[in-house]
Amino acid sequence: MPDFDVVDLEPADHPEPGETAPDFTRPLVGDEYWEDRSLSELAAGGRVVLVFTPMDGSFLARYIWDELVERGWEAVDATVVGVTISTPYDHKRFVDERNLPFDLFSDPGNGVAEAYGVAHGLDGMTGVSEPRPAVFVVDGDRTVEHAWVASEWPEFPDYDALEDVLGLEE
Amino acid sequence: MREGSTADVPITFYRLQGCPFCERVTRLLQTYDLEYQSRFVEPLHSKRNVVKRVAGVRTVPVVVDENTGVTMAESGNIVEYLERVYGPGSEADAESGSNRNGNENGNENENRNENENGGDD
Repeated sequence: MPDFDVVDLEPADHPEPGETAPDFTRPLVGDEYWEDRSLSELAAGGRVVLVFTPMDGSFLARYIWDELVERGWEAVDATVVGVTISTPYDHKRFVDERNLPFDLFSDPGNGVAEAYGVAHGLDGMTGVSEPRPAVFVVDGDRTVEHAWVASEWPEFPDYDALEDVLGLEE
Repeated sequence: MREGSTADVPITFYRLQGCPFCERVTRLLQTYDLEYQSRFVEPLHSKRNVVKRVAGVRTVPVVVDENTGVTMAESGNIVEYLERVYGPGSEADAESGSNRNGNENGNENENRNENENGGDD
């Protein structure tokens, strides 16, 4: 028996494939500035991959983004963006430090994760709720093509399955 | 991130959170009911390459107006520009059919402190 616990999370009531992903507007942080952007604006340019992570600085956020960089997701034919509760200043530092070729939505109130049914209140951090790891692939109409949501804490995305959906070759 | 204007908003406004010179421009953009897209930069000038590329300076505010093709730095210059192009009595004002008569801001404009070039954040 392992001497650590991977905890089951409550089932998430999230948008399923075929359903419309909730639209939202938040500051989208790049390597030089941030500005309000909406999911529907991004989707108008084609497929969007929404990557929900715990806050910047957590090992979960670092592992997920480093993995996506290493796997070359910069090359997927889609706009890959992150979402978590970190402030624009935190995101900016995170993007700079990791040379991240992706932009990150800043959502300190965690309202986007709530709208997507993936909010996760943190034990021992009273009043702090953040997204659990989750990935949604949405098309130009914001129709969900693929959804992966962590069911354990911690759990990491099924990157290979996502790459099949995104058509990313080895 | 893309450097051009975002979506269909013709005015891009580079600003710093809480910067009074920027707030002055914000107030005018709102007074004239102009649609603008805010882009926030960091306090450190060395981290403002985008502003340098766009406007040739590292201070904010900077306004890029695709309606006129004008890129402008220095809050005093921007305020003057916005008043001239969108303010009471301007062509844009006449086109909008607004009833603004310009009196509400008249005194304030005359009393404006012009000693601010280089004082922007």
